[in-house]
Amino acid sequence: MQSLVIVAHGSHLNPESSAPTYAHADTIRASGAFDEVKTGFWKEEPHFREVLRTVEGDEVYVVPLFVSEGYFTEQVIPRELRLEGWDVSEWDSDGLSADQATLVAADVDREVHYCGPVGTHRAMTDVIERRAESVTGDPDVGEGFGLAVVGHGTERNENSAKAIEYHADRIAERGRFDEVRALYMDEDPEVDDLPEFFESDDVVLVPLFIADGYHTQEDIPEDVGLCEDHAEGYDVPETVDDIRIWYAGAVGTEPLMADVILERAADAGADLGDALAAVRETTRVAAGD
Amino acid sequence: MSDPESVSDPETVAAAESDDEPAVPEIDLPSDAFDAVLDALAGLAPDERIRFEGFSVGVAGDDRAADADAHYVLEPAGDDPRTGLSERDLHAALADRAAAVTDWYVFERVVGEFGPRRAFLRWIEDADGATVAERYAALTAGIERAWGQLRITATVTDRGERRYEVRHEADAGAPRGELTARDDPLDAREIVKLDGKGRYRPLKTAPTLRRGWVFPDLGPREVYELVETIYPATVANWHREREGELDVSHWRETMERQSGIYGVIKTWDRGEGHEHVNWVAEACCDDSQCLKRREWEYDDETDLDVDGGDGVFPCREPCSVVVSAARKWTRLESEQPRTYEFDLTPSEKEQLEEMIDAVADGRIDEIREADTKEGANRYRARFLRAKLFDDEGNLGGVPTDTDDPDNGE
Repeated sequence: MQSLVIVAHGSHLNPESSAPTYAHADTIRASGAFDEVKTGFWKEEPHFREVLRTVEGDEVYVVPLFVSEGYFTEQVIPRELRLEGWDVSEWDSDGLSADQATLVAADVDREVHYCGPVGTHRAMTDVIERRAESVTGDPDVGEGFGLAVVGHGTERNENSAKAIEYHADRIAERGRFDEVRALYMDEDPEVDDLPEFFESDDVVLVPLFIADGYHTQEDIPEDVGLCEDHAEGYDVPETVDDIRIWYAGAVGTEPLMADVILERAADAGADLGDALAAVRETTRVAAGD
Repeated sequence: MSDPESVSDPETVAAAESDDEPAVPEIDLPSDAFDAVLDALAGLAPDERIRFEGFSVGVAGDDRAADADAHYVLEPAGDDPRTGLSERDLHAALADRAAAVTDWYVFERVVGEFGPRRAFLRWIEDADGATVAERYAALTAGIERAWGQLRITATVTDRGERRYEVRHEADAGAPRGELTARDDPLDAREIVKLDGKGRYRPLKTAPTLRRGWVFPDLGPREVYELVETIYPATVANWHREREGELDVSHWRETMERQSGIYGVIKTWDRGEGHEHVNWVAEACCDDSQCLKRREWEYDDETDLDVDGGDGVFPCREPCSVVVSAARKWTRLESEQPRTYEFDLTPSEKEQLEEMIDAVADGRIDEIREADTKEGANRYRARFLRAKLFDDEGNLGGVPTDTDDPDNGE
């Protein structure tokens, strides 16, 4: 019996923090790829400490719904899941290449496949592009558009910036958008100065965050100048310094994220049948809307 | 049905019709239950038997290859084995014992082996204590169980299938039609998100589950999934506790484990007693705040002095809400007390106490706008502020004047 456990941060304050986690779990459940799909949280229930005891299967894949390798994926989650003998060297990662480690979880005395975070997977690049399609309503968006991938920066974790750069570089190489930039909230180049970095009239701004919350709904819109006060709201697109900014909100809310979760499990050995193709199809942006 | 032996067997007829047991409803043996028995028989070793309550069936070893059509064995307790039953004979015999067969089918095939789910569903109908006859009679009337704020009612159909209705305990007497009917257990994620006043519930086991909904007709796996959605991991922990295997992490080891912004909490334990943890438990873990029964203590040698509560399901370690609050208290409690001088009338002192009580007991919304007898009444509070605060918001005009002002988070 094959089980998927999606682990995410959750929130004590924001009721919508867990919404993307639940939505992606539902998409994967509907794909039939796993006999069961469970969710566990740091700030909600079931907690990381107790989620594995709710899991029935004997082939267990744990996928962190986090944007980068760092404190949570390297320390908190392995400790709270009680992965015996965990050491970050198990991943042998350069900050972007964590794939999976198979370890016994002492809580249930069973092996689990502990996967790298979704945010650093190569398939995440496609989700960022898909997010640009969703927010513009154009499955072919690219020509005449710039794309800004925005992340937290290095405040707590140097790998945070690595993930942003990785995806921005990959999108730039594909040549779909006229210009692609990696911008940050707390280091240069800063998202506050977005118009300085683009020549295009239209720029899609995609924050590399899992859930919408304080950063994506208050900080970034105010920093970029989409609004004076987030409570006033803003339009999509909103014009700032003669640039139309298409603000996408957290990339983690994009339905195609379910695909990255599946890719992580597949990389760790999960048998998914045709679920990957099915999820890519069901989460597509309809043309002509 | 056409086998004269099975209907005339005195032992089984007597067992089924005994006056000493409650009336068992008429159960039709569904084909999926019978097919499951055949499947199980096909996988048995020669000497193995499938055990139902009061009898067992198997396959005669010698006949397995020789006579494929009449090789089943039925063994009523205390009687000679009856051998040579054809599939048709077996069906007739099991149809006469349909209650026991469907009971086996429900737990062995529908519910399955997974420990927490199996234990929970057996507990609902006391399957490890009561006989099949007693349970089917009780299920026909409806067996009610409480789990947190849930009211679970279990019933049985005339095919032996279990069905479950779940609603808020406070809606126990409400006509079904007045409640919003749901059928997908995962829909409960929306029910648990906000309380009846639309406020976010960060703790799923807080006694603030909203009312007005019903899951009228769930199967065994679905009712387990629903309970685990409304109160995550409570069944798993309850099951471990029943098995004597609940892994309790006490306060000290839990705080020692914390890192990052929560690493500071361990400094709150200064080897000067555990009174601060009593206060935490009284603040957060009382039954009025959380339905889990607190089993964790200060450490494995030092119990807390406050009651752990009466919940059905245990709490095995300080939860994330407690850990987050403890971080705040660790900072606040690092301050040294000072002496401030205010002049208050006796009623003003009592009013401050009443206001703290009203907030702590969540009574603010109950205090009527014009009810100025209540110390926590809004006009009373505004009057006190107008009288006692200076322009900077200092009580009694006395500056707080801390060296290390806490700017919050």
